[in-house]
Amino acid sequence: MAAEPAVELTGVSLSYRIPKEAVQTFKEYAIRKLQGRIEHGELLALRDATLSIEPGERVGVVGPNGAGKSTLFRVIARVRRPTQGRVVVRGSVAPLLELGLGFHGELTGRENVVLHGAVMGHSRRDMERRMESIAAFAELEAFLDAPLRTYSTGMAARLAFSVATDVDPDILLVDEALSVGDERFQVKCHARMAGFHERGKTFLLVSHSLPEIVANCSRALWISEGRVVQDGPAEAVCAAYHAWAQGGTPA
Amino acid sequence: MTSATPAPIVYDSARRGLLFVEEAKALWLYRHLVAELVGRDIKVRYKRSVLGVAWTMLSPLLNMLAMTWVFSLVMRMDVKNFPVYFLTGSIFWAFFAGATSHAASLTIDAAEITKRVYIPRSVFVVSAVGVALVNLCLSLVPLFLIILFTGFPIHASWLFVPVSILIGALFTTGVGLIVFTLASRFVDIKETYLVLVGAWFFVTPIVYTQAMVPERFRFIVRYNPMTYLVEVFRAPLYDGWLPGPKTLAFAALAAISSLAIGWLFYAARIEEYGRGS
Repeated sequence: MAAEPAVELTGVSLSYRIPKEAVQTFKEYAIRKLQGRIEHGELLALRDATLSIEPGERVGVVGPNGAGKSTLFRVIARVRRPTQGRVVVRGSVAPLLELGLGFHGELTGRENVVLHGAVMGHSRRDMERRMESIAAFAELEAFLDAPLRTYSTGMAARLAFSVATDVDPDILLVDEALSVGDERFQVKCHARMAGFHERGKTFLLVSHSLPEIVANCSRALWISEGRVVQDGPAEAVCAAYHAWAQGGTPA
Repeated sequence: MTSATPAPIVYDSARRGLLFVEEAKALWLYRHLVAELVGRDIKVRYKRSVLGVAWTMLSPLLNMLAMTWVFSLVMRMDVKNFPVYFLTGSIFWAFFAGATSHAASLTIDAAEITKRVYIPRSVFVVSAVGVALVNLCLSLVPLFLIILFTGFPIHASWLFVPVSILIGALFTTGVGLIVFTLASRFVDIKETYLVLVGAWFFVTPIVYTQAMVPERFRFIVRYNPMTYLVEVFRAPLYDGWLPGPKTLAFAALAAISSLAIGWLFYAARIEEYGRGS
């Protein structure tokens, strides 16, 4: 099946503007504007990235802190529009989010599930239809009507994982949060990810755990200083990255 | 293989139509989120306060009693049925001021969420107006009680009130969009706006009538769009007749211009302002 790529980046660069002296208030901004003293520094978080991900691929992303891994996810999830180049994403995208993000701890788990679904564009009816399977997977049926603030970190993470995977996006973005819950629950997560893959869904994972990348992904990208320095089979890329991280030999 | 989404959604960063059209489409796609955000606010509010819904109805009454004491009894202002006159103006004002300042404070939530996932930020402004609409409807209950209690007759003109509220909501959304967009970029906008709104209240005929304003200062009240919006809300309730055609036209014009300017400004600037300095 020669389907079009799920994710396509062509010469994508993204720069963050960092004001030399951060101007945060309108008063200061107005004064400086009059004096012509607004200056910006630029931080190139992504430089000329070109890559193509086929539907159903499982791609891991490795690289040191500040290399641009999260920025890559931001341009794919259309959180930020690239400064240069073009991003094309075919299919629904869902980042795995922390639950309770920007929401209220007073709301119950059930209400948070609905709100969380709405953030991804799903209606209340749709989320209520999925409620049972979401709660069952997260093993939180008994706590669904308790306020989210009473949940432990692990419980909240389990529910978030369950929501993000249950709404069944075409492309799932996971940033450092695949291993949630205890060991037994992690096994369930991996099984679900495998099922996700079997149904032809695309999956991107940022992680500092190389074994996790190798276990879950077939392909990996090594990103350094905003560039894709290596793109290939997960094991080979992880091995090369590991060698570099240990010995400091350049890619 | 069945997918949750019927048609494949394609995002192409290179394809950008007119921003104000794109933003309007995005808002429609995320209409469920607006409903959930309104529901969240109402739930959180009423879960936390012991008095709950009753408080929303009691606070305009307390406000009215205090204002009646000051303006009607102490300063002896000559306004027929001051409690109803004041209350019709003040609950409408509370709607406008509440919605717009709430929108400004939602920029923090908006920044937190949109850092990780795409949602059109206009949902926050529209939901702030939605929450204020619910509160306005709740405060109509004590208003009607006071109207009946003070022996005011029931008028057929009350049926016009939903139209007045609609016009008010459009105006409020426009102002809310401007305040929200600016507050997304500058941290001092919210405080500045609160000061402005406080002053704006006193140049709008709420505790006094237009006729009381000396001729040479009357232009201040005349150039204030809120004068017409308050009047359109107040006339059917307090006077028992429909607002005059001129007042209605000015109010509608203010509402449409506010919404148009607010939406264009929001669409043009939010991407830049929303990501911070």
